[in-house]
Amino acid sequence: MSTDTQPTPDGSPSVEEFEALQSRIDELEAELASVRSDVEDGPRKMVIIATKGTLDMAYPPLILASTAAAFGYDVTVFHTFWGLEILHEEKAEDLKLSSVGNPSMPVPNVIGALPGMDRVTTRMMEKQIADNGVATVGELIETSIEQGVNFQACQMTIDLMGYDEEDFFDEVETGVGAASAFQEMADADIQLLV
Amino acid sequence: MSTDTPTETLDVKGQNCPMPVVKTKGAFDGLAPGATLEVVATDAGSMSDIKGWADSTDGAELVDQEEATEGGETVYRHYIRKTE
Repeated sequence: MSTDTQPTPDGSPSVEEFEALQSRIDELEAELASVRSDVEDGPRKMVIIATKGTLDMAYPPLILASTAAAFGYDVTVFHTFWGLEILHEEKAEDLKLSSVGNPSMPVPNVIGALPGMDRVTTRMMEKQIADNGVATVGELIETSIEQGVNFQACQMTIDLMGYDEEDFFDEVETGVGAASAFQEMADADIQLLV
Repeated sequence: MSTDTPTETLDVKGQNCPMPVVKTKGAFDGLAPGATLEVVATDAGSMSDIKGWADSTDGAELVDQEEATEGGETVYRHYIRKTE
């Protein structure tokens, strides 16, 4: 930028106008530097909305949450509807796999619909999980909590489904709703609905 | 691995995604600057996962990655130095 402040022909900025512009530019540059440092200094953030409570669907949010935490992200997982089961102290390690409605299952739907079939397919998957060295849901929750992942349980669905705040792991934050989840999502770099 | 002698070894053999990376991060946090962490894994995905983690983690330098057959299984060794 030119520093020439000599009077100029008509129609061009006067010295005063020029100085005012220069000081405005300085102000804006300072503001930009401050915004830039806010963006660069703070940790990046991920928010996952977890809505499913089957054994297979518990994994994506927990794996991504623990991985993002390992990458230094601030992570919040907001659990709502069936997603609450993942945070339920008694149910978390006993999530079921549905034997119907999934064309990738080796069992035809008519057989999958027989009584007790969900239990059979769940056992099969639990065995595969153990055989392949994949962490259990409980282990992933524990690891995530150790890494500072913030697990939240939607208050409206806690009430709707007749749960009590005491039913969840101690570290789970309750008393939160759509507005706080929305606010966190607005601030986050990554937002996922699972 | 040729130059640095690892300061600490993390054994995650038999553990699958995402545990190798998650536990690497935990062990790496406890290292002193200049120290090198050796991670021993059997998860083939750990080759790209740990590289990706080190690339995007400040102060983590991936010194070397090795693949070898030990006792009939493929073992992946990763060496990560803490630079700051």
